[in-house]
Amino acid sequence: MKVDRRPGRSKVWYVLLVIPFIGTMFPSFYSFDAPRLWGFPFFYWYQMLWVIISAVITFAVYLATREA
Amino acid sequence: MNWTALIIFIAFFALVTVIGFYSARWRRGDLSHINEWGLAGRRFGTVITWFLVGGDLYTAYTFIAIPALLYGSGAIGFFGVPYTIVIYPFAFAVMPRLWSVARKHGYITASDFMKGRYQSGSLALAVAVTGIVATMPYIALQLVGIQVVLQAMGITGTGILADLPLIVAFAVLAAYTYTSGLRAPASIAIVKDLMIYITIIGILIVVPAKLGGFGHIFDTAKAARPATFMLGPKAFSAYGTLAFGSALALFLYPHAITGVFSSSSRGVIKRNAALLPAYSLLLAFITLLGYMAITAGIQTKDTSLVVPLLILKELPSWFAGFAFAAIAIGALVPAAIMSIAAANLFTRNIYKEYFRPGATSQEESKVAKLVSLVVKLGALFFIVVLPHSYAINLQLLGGVWILQTLPPVVFGLFTRWFHRWGLLAGWFAGMAIGTTMAILNQFKGSVYALHIGGSVIPAYAAVWALIGNLIVTVVVTLVLNAVKVSNGADQTAEADYRIDTATT
Repeated sequence: MKVDRRPGRSKVWYVLLVIPFIGTMFPSFYSFDAPRLWGFPFFYWYQMLWVIISAVITFAVYLATREA
Repeated sequence: MNWTALIIFIAFFALVTVIGFYSARWRRGDLSHINEWGLAGRRFGTVITWFLVGGDLYTAYTFIAIPALLYGSGAIGFFGVPYTIVIYPFAFAVMPRLWSVARKHGYITASDFMKGRYQSGSLALAVAVTGIVATMPYIALQLVGIQVVLQAMGITGTGILADLPLIVAFAVLAAYTYTSGLRAPASIAIVKDLMIYITIIGILIVVPAKLGGFGHIFDTAKAARPATFMLGPKAFSAYGTLAFGSALALFLYPHAITGVFSSSSRGVIKRNAALLPAYSLLLAFITLLGYMAITAGIQTKDTSLVVPLLILKELPSWFAGFAFAAIAIGALVPAAIMSIAAANLFTRNIYKEYFRPGATSQEESKVAKLVSLVVKLGALFFIVVLPHSYAINLQLLGGVWILQTLPPVVFGLFTRWFHRWGLLAGWFAGMAIGTTMAILNQFKGSVYALHIGGSVIPAYAAVWALIGNLIVTVVVTLVLNAVKVSNGADQTAEADYRIDTATT
């Protein structure tokens, strides 16, 4: 079995994984109706957008920390 | 009696039953070995794992209860979305390490890891018992999902006759899980998840247009639920902590860990952390079915009927049958995996540990098969004989309890600084605090308003319990380290947490 040996530098990428928490764990910042998007109030479409953003971030971290 | 829906429903149910039995031959392995029965030989790649874990985490109970919450309580019902957003970065950072050390040492449960890392039978037992007890009500609640769709199709009756279809469905599930182990729910999950996606996309194409567009749906909901449509300041901390606490807890559940352990490499887990969010988007739309129901004029005191009633009202009968089959099958997959996970825990960490230390892999497999049967029977008993509130309350407690295994399992993956007795004490404190809060709330909800200083902060009881857990763990660790009490032998080495298989 091989060992997943990462150079020390790439551990920094993992910090990016905190971003989705910051974006969604504080509803005081996004609990509004306006502005609406395609009929969805801000509160609802903001969180749905973060599903996509955090998937992209996770994928980016995956690519950046993959063994060459 | 909605015959069209019922016929389609039965047809798909029969299909997955056949698949369940045939799956024993898929990726052939010796099912008399617990590794093969309980973890499918740890050979599932990215795509299968996506279907398996997706089917495992997004259960029938999710599809019934979450829209019901939005319908009844408004914006707070949307917490499932931020919850399933933050699970994945957390899982990406933590789960590969658990997978690696489990692969290296042949662990099949989190409790195995406790024993290897801390040489502590008590900690291992605490984690095992917590896992089993937290999983059982969850299995029972999947049956509620099947029950409500059967009810919606008009299958009613009195006494035992009313529950006969449920009993038959569960008996069939028990049979193919017994023969095929984890391969059964994995193969059925493929069908189930495809059906759920088709159902939701179908609903999204048909229903919003019928109801006048999303803008109108939200406006109607706002008018019907003026106080709860938007999250008020008093609910902010409850919302955030519900999402946060639930997210941290999810991958500690035995069935999630079983899903992780059945993967063939670290890469499978990491890729899925980026791909599984597709289900979160699905969940967002499923949640909004609650508001669509308000707009469609669904009125019901029993909120668990909201989704079935909406489907019956707005979809043609044949599609309703398909949708109900998707939900019911959506109960079978997690019920199967949960019973296998609970069986793995009992067999390895209670039976083998305390009764038959010399048990071979074959004997373990035999015992696990039997235990998974017993567990399912217990769940059936719970739902058929006792009022649903028992299962719902236990599930609430289960969520609080399982989060208390976070310090030993998750911190243990990264450091041995925490003392094993400190972790045990912390676990106990967390269990006590969380249980007390639930009782004080009279089980009406999982949010506890704590009075600190002059202010009142409502937050998810599990998070309060975890905080208490951490404080106790740290204090006891400092004391025991100062007095130089042994922290047990560590079977693992740092490199073990990073091993991988040849596939990328």
